[in-house]
Amino acid sequence: MNPRREQQIAAAFLGFFVLITVFILLFIIVFILRKGLPVLGWSFLAKNPVDMGRGGGIFSTIIGTLVLTLAAIIIATPLGVGTAIYLTEYTWENRVTRIIRFGAECLAGIPSIIFGLFGFILFVTKLGFGWSILSGSLTLSFMLLPTIIRTSEEAIRSVPGSFREVSFSLGSTKWQMVTRVVLPSAVPGIVTGIILSVGRAIGETAAVIFTAGSALRLPTSLFSSSRTMAVHFYILAREGISLDNAYGTAAVLIIAILIINILTYYLMNKYIRKYS
Amino acid sequence: MSKLERNDRLVKLALLVLAFSAVAILVVITVFIFEEGTPIMFKYGFKKFLLGLDWYPSEKSFGLLPMIVGSLAVTFGALIIGVPLGLACAIYLTEFSSRRLRRILKPVIELLAGIPSVVYGFIGVVILVPFIRTTLGGPGLSVLAASIILGIMILPTIISISIDSLQAVPRSYREGSIALGTTRWQTTRMVMIPAARSGIIASIVLGMGRAIGETMAVIMVAGNAVSIPGSPLSPVRTLTSNIALEMGYASGEHRQALFATGVILFIIIMILNTIATATSRRRLGKGRKSP
Repeated sequence: MNPRREQQIAAAFLGFFVLITVFILLFIIVFILRKGLPVLGWSFLAKNPVDMGRGGGIFSTIIGTLVLTLAAIIIATPLGVGTAIYLTEYTWENRVTRIIRFGAECLAGIPSIIFGLFGFILFVTKLGFGWSILSGSLTLSFMLLPTIIRTSEEAIRSVPGSFREVSFSLGSTKWQMVTRVVLPSAVPGIVTGIILSVGRAIGETAAVIFTAGSALRLPTSLFSSSRTMAVHFYILAREGISLDNAYGTAAVLIIAILIINILTYYLMNKYIRKYS
Repeated sequence: MSKLERNDRLVKLALLVLAFSAVAILVVITVFIFEEGTPIMFKYGFKKFLLGLDWYPSEKSFGLLPMIVGSLAVTFGALIIGVPLGLACAIYLTEFSSRRLRRILKPVIELLAGIPSVVYGFIGVVILVPFIRTTLGGPGLSVLAASIILGIMILPTIISISIDSLQAVPRSYREGSIALGTTRWQTTRMVMIPAARSGIIASIVLGMGRAIGETMAVIMVAGNAVSIPGSPLSPVRTLTSNIALEMGYASGEHRQALFATGVILFIIIMILNTIATATSRRRLGKGRKSP
């Protein structure tokens, strides 16, 4: 076959596959929003679920999601950023960093159900936290850690070396250099990683359902059980409690994910432009 | 030594401790899962667990073979769907699309990774399952439905890692090939893909790991019957769904058997992780030596 003709056919095929992928994505988003948006309204967002979710809204699950995510981020961020600072500023590639990286990569590959099992046995039963926001957020923070490490490391690495040299030449110690020069410049990148992990936390179900439980009440302390939107949606859909409310909850989840992705995209572009 | 210098040493030590948090968490998870899951395997014998066909926890028969076969079946199906689609997208975006189109398409495709797995499962239940039931027959909840949903879910993993490895091929390779008078497609097929091979393989292995580990979406569309699937249209239960379905009410030996399920899942995932890390490390090693 004429190579030029072959190229046209290949490009057409590949382009077709791209179209299929984009179509699948748009289909999912449009389908959920079309069915879910009519259900959404002020009362759906601001009222607590009534009768296991058959009636009322999803207010307590929104609060549950926010509290759980926030707590997980608060736990995971210092660990992740600390790891990234150590890997980039305080060492060079050696056996220790290889072990650390391998650990983080393996942690990233572990399925959420394993995190759920682990959180259940350690936090819920052995440490006696019960099904609670504390158990759920600890488990969730472990899941988010690899993402935060990787994005923070990339952000810190992309700070130009000359910044560090200037700081040293002014007589700063390494820690002064890190806290006053490197970290402030890397903040947008680190924040992008955190927002990305918020997205993962919001959609997580398997790890959360066995550690934070599925109580529909508003949480009152770190030790109260709480249901997240994703868990609520799963229970509504799987047990056929209310399809309408399931679509509504899914629409809120999808909108949240869209906002998060647009925000990270915007931040990332702004950040890239700054240093290149 | 001045006070500042001493502080600096303390900081370094503290950061080293933080840096080992990921490793420590990995170790703790391993220890707890194995501690809960292995005693019962020793008690009834590994062979019964791995090759037993019957899963009747109340009668103390804990055969996991149907679930192991189930996990492998849906993962294999997911790869058949996800790999061609994912690689095609990666190749198109790196080699054929304009820079502007890529800037639009890449974040769009990354959005696929952000959609929660329960939403994928739900779409499967309300659209895919009825479609399979009416057009192909069977219960609809099936290996096929799970494979298609998982195939879509592993796309972002395959696409983003393949794109990274294609972009990591030195520019001189492409330029050298073009200089020989090849078309863009010939360059892609004969130079770029072979050069990026190890990264592409790593992306597929990691995609496999995601498919085997996925839980909620699979529970919703796979039917969850404990039997070795006879055809793509039969219902199936995976290792992950076995855990998630019964964890809510299991106790005693039943619960331990679910942790044993977790142990097997964990071992499979760690093997895949190690393969993925090893292939991408070889790529790095090679990169360093080449001019």
